[in-house]
Amino acid sequence: MKIKAKVMDKDGIDRALIRIAHEILERNRGTVGLALAGIRTGGVHLARRLSENIRKIEGVDVPVGALDITMYRDDIASRKRKTPMGKTEITFSVTGMTIVLVDDVLFTGRTIRAAMDSLMDFGRPRAIQLAVLLDRGHKELPITADYVGKNVPTSNKEAVKVRLLEEDGKDEVLIMEKAEG
Amino acid sequence: MALKKKDLLGIDYLERAEIEEIISTAESFKEVSTRDIKKVPALRGRTIVNLFFEPSTRTRTSFELAAKRLSADIINISSSTSSVVKGETLLDTARNIEAMSSDMIIVRHSMSGAPIILARALKSSVINAGDGAHEHPSQALLDLFTIKERLGKVEGLNIAIIGDIAHSRVARSNILCLNKMGANVRICGPATLIPADIEKMGVKVYFRPEDAIDGADVVMMLRIQVERQKSGLFPGVREYSRFFGLNLERVRLAKEGVLIMHPGPINRGVEISPEVADGPYSVILDQVTNGVAVRMAIIYLLAEGRGTA
Repeated sequence: MKIKAKVMDKDGIDRALIRIAHEILERNRGTVGLALAGIRTGGVHLARRLSENIRKIEGVDVPVGALDITMYRDDIASRKRKTPMGKTEITFSVTGMTIVLVDDVLFTGRTIRAAMDSLMDFGRPRAIQLAVLLDRGHKELPITADYVGKNVPTSNKEAVKVRLLEEDGKDEVLIMEKAEG
Repeated sequence: MALKKKDLLGIDYLERAEIEEIISTAESFKEVSTRDIKKVPALRGRTIVNLFFEPSTRTRTSFELAAKRLSADIINISSSTSSVVKGETLLDTARNIEAMSSDMIIVRHSMSGAPIILARALKSSVINAGDGAHEHPSQALLDLFTIKERLGKVEGLNIAIIGDIAHSRVARSNILCLNKMGANVRICGPATLIPADIEKMGVKVYFRPEDAIDGADVVMMLRIQVERQKSGLFPGVREYSRFFGLNLERVRLAKEGVLIMHPGPINRGVEISPEVADGPYSVILDQVTNGVAVRMAIIYLLAEGRGTA
């Protein structure tokens, strides 16, 4: 795998997350009944940053939960899992809330499908919205993001690598190209 | 990240990394049992059979709940209600179950090695839920999980196992597991219930419980089977209780904050006094709670391994 292009840098990611925070507030008319749920692992960091941005704008702490969707995937028999299973932490009541799911990349939509199923097992949200840092196309399910940091059409031969400060020591989004043959 | 083998037959066959993977996966699964809806769809459509040739409430129920919380279909067969009473062999029973497309068979048998025979003959995954005096791997894993959860680590801890070591598959699996994880294992019991050469397993042998408990981080008591008394291995229940039973006085010899464990079912007033079993250091019921999470992890990781092989 070699780097083909850097599509977002630290400033780009920061600006996108500030804009998305504003969009979430605008669309939901504030923070009442609002909660964020990040999908492990990248989505959790992004959800915490969005919550921090919202606090700076409105002065209100929006609760942040974490979802690990490994137990909800539809491909246990065919996929080689690379990351250890993480914990799901939803400490707030989901029923009647508007939950913004947060993930780093929207690709096939299958992760989001699993995350919605997982969320529904905690109660009956009033609405679920989706925020992603990057929409790379190739969706296989009728799932669309409500808030998008950046739209980047990619080919199937490419991979998207989101690096975040909390885990990789730096913020950037890279498009990687799989080596030929 | 999945388990390497088709089956879980004993701790002896697991690598340390696999044990760690089971424990960390169980940490994630523990949360599921705290929800209102205690179920995840991970194993939807898989068929699991509980095949128990020995009485059990705890282990059978624990495996059953674990399978159900993973959305698998599970069926219970106990020897008294099966065709075993009509003279069918173990292998024939198991082959018939597999002919109905089971994916996994959880077996308990009084004969050491019975699950190994099944594992060789069947395509289904086999989980050993206790075989004779051989192994009881899920018990050792849930004990390990409980120690790690309470004390944060296992490496370097002094852990005393007290009771009928010779006939105990729980002791065997725990000795193997705790040794692999770097704990110092002490065993203690009447000389007649300590196997010769047990030191070769890497344990220190004590004949006085006071010595074994002295400074221990964890004390595991084993159930004393009253039947053994008939074979003359110890003189009497009251005498056993006096010399080897865990009472408050003996608990005080252990390290501050010691964990008192017991695989159950407990004989109150025999190997453990009620004040200790119900006391602040007892984690006996935590062991039961954690058992479901650990068994969910075992079932999940075996099912996952099947797909990647």
